[in-house]
Amino acid sequence: MTPANLPDLARVVAAFASIPHCRLLGMRLEEVRRGSGMMSLDWSERLVGNPVTRVIHSGAVTALLDTLCGLVVMASVPEGTPLATLDLRIDYLRPATPEKRIRATAECYKVTHSVAFVHGRAFNDDAADAIAHCTGTFMLGGVGFSAAAAGNDEPGAGRSEGGQPC
Amino acid sequence: MLKTVADLRARGDLAAISDLVPYARTIGIELLRDERGLLTALRFREHNIGNFVVRAIHGGVVGALLEHAAMMHLLVETDVQVVPRIINVSIDYLRPCRAEDTFARGSIIRQGRTVANVRITAWQGADSGRLVAAAHAHFLLT
Repeated sequence: MTPANLPDLARVVAAFASIPHCRLLGMRLEEVRRGSGMMSLDWSERLVGNPVTRVIHSGAVTALLDTLCGLVVMASVPEGTPLATLDLRIDYLRPATPEKRIRATAECYKVTHSVAFVHGRAFNDDAADAIAHCTGTFMLGGVGFSAAAAGNDEPGAGRSEGGQPC
Repeated sequence: MLKTVADLRARGDLAAISDLVPYARTIGIELLRDERGLLTALRFREHNIGNFVVRAIHGGVVGALLEHAAMMHLLVETDVQVVPRIINVSIDYLRPCRAEDTFARGSIIRQGRTVANVRITAWQGADSGRLVAAAHAHFLLT
């Protein structure tokens, strides 16, 4: 057990694997560490936002970044801490290239008693040629999805004033 | 795509407009109209769950609903001359989004020649009852 009582990373992977919406879109968790992670999403016809350009819908990129940011926070806070997304700001720097896989990376750069701060980006092949950058904040300790809760039916403890459980 | 949207709009065929976007079909989006104008609905689907423990809809798909509602508002309710492209979005999550239908509506704060600033709110329940998320987004119109 680490001094900060951080979760076993296998629990974070299990939490990801349990999310129905991630399966629907076909997201893959490539790597998760303390404070950072990488995911990918293959281009697919059913994710297209503009049928003429065949560019993937920005909403699918949003879902990818939101998921990754949440998992990176989960790997960075004490095991069992419920998480809820408070806000997410995304800059779309360029359209994703049709038929190419999207990759995303994120870092949790600050954790306080009640809030975690995350930065992420999405790109095709070249991390320097980003599709999108995002910053997110996550509340710790409300109703949410903790690594410990994955795999059992116990609801998260406590009540949150706001935020989206993740 | 714009001409198709204009034709379908003239016929009042919101379902066909919605069906133009494969991703909207994938997640379960439906376009409706009420006395206040265009309404974008995200029908409850088990595959949109993001947290099976508290049975909440995935925050990413809530964000996608808000973005899509803004985009559809511009396409259907204004006379934009190009398909708007999203520049950025800032999403505030206000309450857990439960396993039920979710509705969103956009309103234009300012529409210039090159940029539109759109506010969007998402709620669950009747009479815009339970606000679950809000966002503002910028779209490029050139």
